[in-house]
Amino acid sequence: MRTICLYFQVHQPFRFRRYRFFDIGNDHYYYDDYSNESILNKVAAKCYLPANELMLDLINKHKGKFKISYSISGIALEQFRLYAPEVLDSFKRLAETGQVEFLSETFAHSLSSLNSPREFRKQVDAHRKLIKEHFGQEPAVFRNTELIYSDEIGAMVADMGFKAMLTEGAKHVLGWKSPNFLYCNAIKPKLKLLLKNFKLSDDIAFRFSNKAWPEYPLTAEKYVAWLNQVPANEEVVNLFMDYETFGEHQWKETGIFEFLKALPGIVFKDSPFSFSTPSEVARKLQVVSAAHVPNPISWADEERDLTAWLGNEMQNEAFNKLYSLEEMLDNTDDDALRQDFAYLQVSDHFYYMSTKFFSDGEVHSYFNPYDTPYDAFINYMNVLSDFEIRVNAGQKSHENNDVARLSKIIQEKDAEIEKMEKKLSAVRKGSPAKKSNTAKKENPAKKITGSRKK
Amino acid sequence: MRVLMFGWEFPPHISGGLGTACYGLTRGMSSIPGLEILFVVPKAHGDEDQSRIRVLGAGDITLDIRKIREHNYLKDLSYIEINSNLVPYTSPEEYEVLVNKAENTGRRFVETTMGGKLNFTGTYGKNLYEEIANYAVVAGEIAVTTDFEIIHAHDWLTYPAGIAAKRASGKPLVIHVHATDFDRSGGKVNPTVFEIEKTGMQIADKIVAVSNLTRNTVIDKYGIHPDKVVTVYNAVDPLPENEQLQLRRGINEKVVTFLGRITLQKGPEYFVMAAHKVLKKMDNVRFVMAGSGELMEKMILWTSSLGISDRFHYTGFLKGDDVFRMFSLSDVYVMPSVSEPFGISPLEAMQSNVPSIISHQSGVAEILKYALKVDFWDVDALADAIYGLLNYPSLAEMFKKHGVQEVNDMKWENSGKKVHNIYQEFVK
Repeated sequence: MRTICLYFQVHQPFRFRRYRFFDIGNDHYYYDDYSNESILNKVAAKCYLPANELMLDLINKHKGKFKISYSISGIALEQFRLYAPEVLDSFKRLAETGQVEFLSETFAHSLSSLNSPREFRKQVDAHRKLIKEHFGQEPAVFRNTELIYSDEIGAMVADMGFKAMLTEGAKHVLGWKSPNFLYCNAIKPKLKLLLKNFKLSDDIAFRFSNKAWPEYPLTAEKYVAWLNQVPANEEVVNLFMDYETFGEHQWKETGIFEFLKALPGIVFKDSPFSFSTPSEVARKLQVVSAAHVPNPISWADEERDLTAWLGNEMQNEAFNKLYSLEEMLDNTDDDALRQDFAYLQVSDHFYYMSTKFFSDGEVHSYFNPYDTPYDAFINYMNVLSDFEIRVNAGQKSHENNDVARLSKIIQEKDAEIEKMEKKLSAVRKGSPAKKSNTAKKENPAKKITGSRKK
Repeated sequence: MRVLMFGWEFPPHISGGLGTACYGLTRGMSSIPGLEILFVVPKAHGDEDQSRIRVLGAGDITLDIRKIREHNYLKDLSYIEINSNLVPYTSPEEYEVLVNKAENTGRRFVETTMGGKLNFTGTYGKNLYEEIANYAVVAGEIAVTTDFEIIHAHDWLTYPAGIAAKRASGKPLVIHVHATDFDRSGGKVNPTVFEIEKTGMQIADKIVAVSNLTRNTVIDKYGIHPDKVVTVYNAVDPLPENEQLQLRRGINEKVVTFLGRITLQKGPEYFVMAAHKVLKKMDNVRFVMAGSGELMEKMILWTSSLGISDRFHYTGFLKGDDVFRMFSLSDVYVMPSVSEPFGISPLEAMQSNVPSIISHQSGVAEILKYALKVDFWDVDALADAIYGLLNYPSLAEMFKKHGVQEVNDMKWENSGKKVHNIYQEFVK
């Protein structure tokens, strides 16, 4: 069997507002609602909605043959719920096709696997629950934040009951090994490893629209020709990339959607490859060897290491300080506090503090709301200082904690809608159908957000 | 290649950054083979460092008055009464209102001593305009009696001299803009100074600006074609090990320092406002305003009325080693300048291991990575930066670790080479 495994990462950070030191102890609301909502809506319009629609078309067109997988961070799911429930609905429609696998990750897209096994477990459990709730799937395959992996992390994931895990397959990580086979964890061989084919993945994710690239323009025909050049004994090509590649990193105008639209048909016509989900790959293929990864790797930068998040003094101070608060949170029943703790762990906050990119500011700044890594650090530490005060005081969080409040309202409304729908269907049985109340369900968050802005 | 260079001051007789910058640049250029510099100051004291270049005092030149009358290189010099802050880098002690008699004739009557020499003070005194003009007269004389290939004039005080030398010799003129009157005056430009600056820029064959900020001022405010203006950043000499003065602290508190003239240009009021905000949040910190200037009294009254006098200190004017002593006591250095063509003092702070906060409105912000940058008017951001440096130790550690190296990598040799490249456009 020769197969392609498509996996897309969906994540949007929950950005902090400009939080000055004089806010510490006075104002416990940390989030930039405007940026978060407007960026999410922008990406939804450019990427998530059109890409999901295209994926759905492709799945319907190639009945039972085209398969894909996603990992959606809990933070992204949370934001879909708050700002763009229609995106969540469209992912649900994809889930209903049965051709789409949803993977497990940490709720907060966090780096907890590197520091706190306990917090890591908690977050994975929280995310698992969320996936079950939204998509009705029990995830069996894990992918860690930024594909971060080491033998130890793998062993931890195996202990949590996962059958397989995704990680990076770059040359200087694997040595002579090809990423186009199934591997297993060095400590717990039960855990299978799918390794990213970085060359073929990055051809789409990074190089697709680069006019200086000798292969420009990339067509589906050309790409399938490259797939056919993969040695015949190699069994799987793992194409892992950010979902935002479609329409956001590579704009619609570059022809990325046309490329995607044409790809499966040409794969079926001109190559021996099929499409599989990560679970299928792990089930069907034989493990060829264990992968030895003593030090953590990731899919980031040339080095494929952790230095983009934990590479300088500031990042380390912020990271260590954050996790030093973990134990004190055990005793709290304050949901808002726990929620803020999760949002503080989002890896993007640490990425913003990176000084690696001084020379390469352009790529970096595209994803970065801060002018400099120092701004990012000071802002983060100010927030963390306030958070620490609240943790120490065991203090009830601010009444106006909008995100917590909104989440709660949405939960209540959802429950109410469900109740009403039940009533309605009971009534319908007896009398002709009345007006549906789906309009009400459409977007409770929007309404609340609107009235909140005084 | 021989360079005839004009500058108003040269160490050790300096009143500020201009002399230091001229000295650094000429030393940086002295390593270039075949490059000779004759540096003309109004008044030579005899104790200048002449190991690498020749320093000549304009007051030591004997003039032949009859000859001077035959030249018309002074035709652009007409002087009117002025009343303004026109001094580039001086301490306020030396500032006074300058009043000169109008001089309307194109051909000046020059007063000389018995031996045919002119008197120069070389300072920024009340006869400044007369000195500038006399200096130009001497420049013309030197230009016809000396061999050289290119002329280089530093800041507006010497532009007339540069022009005179160019007219007298026909050699190309490079002018070096260390500051413009827009920086010094906070926007209220002195028309006479502006005229001298603009004339110099127009007549010059090439203009060197100390930052892109200054380059833009030259292009936008003086209407000079961008192709004619080149940015060459200043540098700083590494501190000799034994001169890193360590002072024992008498207090177990953090110290945040403003060091510079207390004038509009340096933004002292933003420092006061930020201090006020920080002091509301933490009490183990003191603020020091080191320097003097026309806004000092106002600042003292203001800090009293804010009720922060017990935490806000004034040192008066500091010079020499006292500057480095102040740095050795400081945890944070702040330069909230409203307009700073370059700004060498944050580099000195960084050399002394003091993390710096500088305004985006300073030329040095264009090249520094290991410094915090804020807009001078953004008091919240400034206060936040101060608080961050004092409370989150890794930031200060990082700046200390990389800051010295970053500054030491800025070498006068590099600036010198760039200036030399400019010369080579004109002299093969």
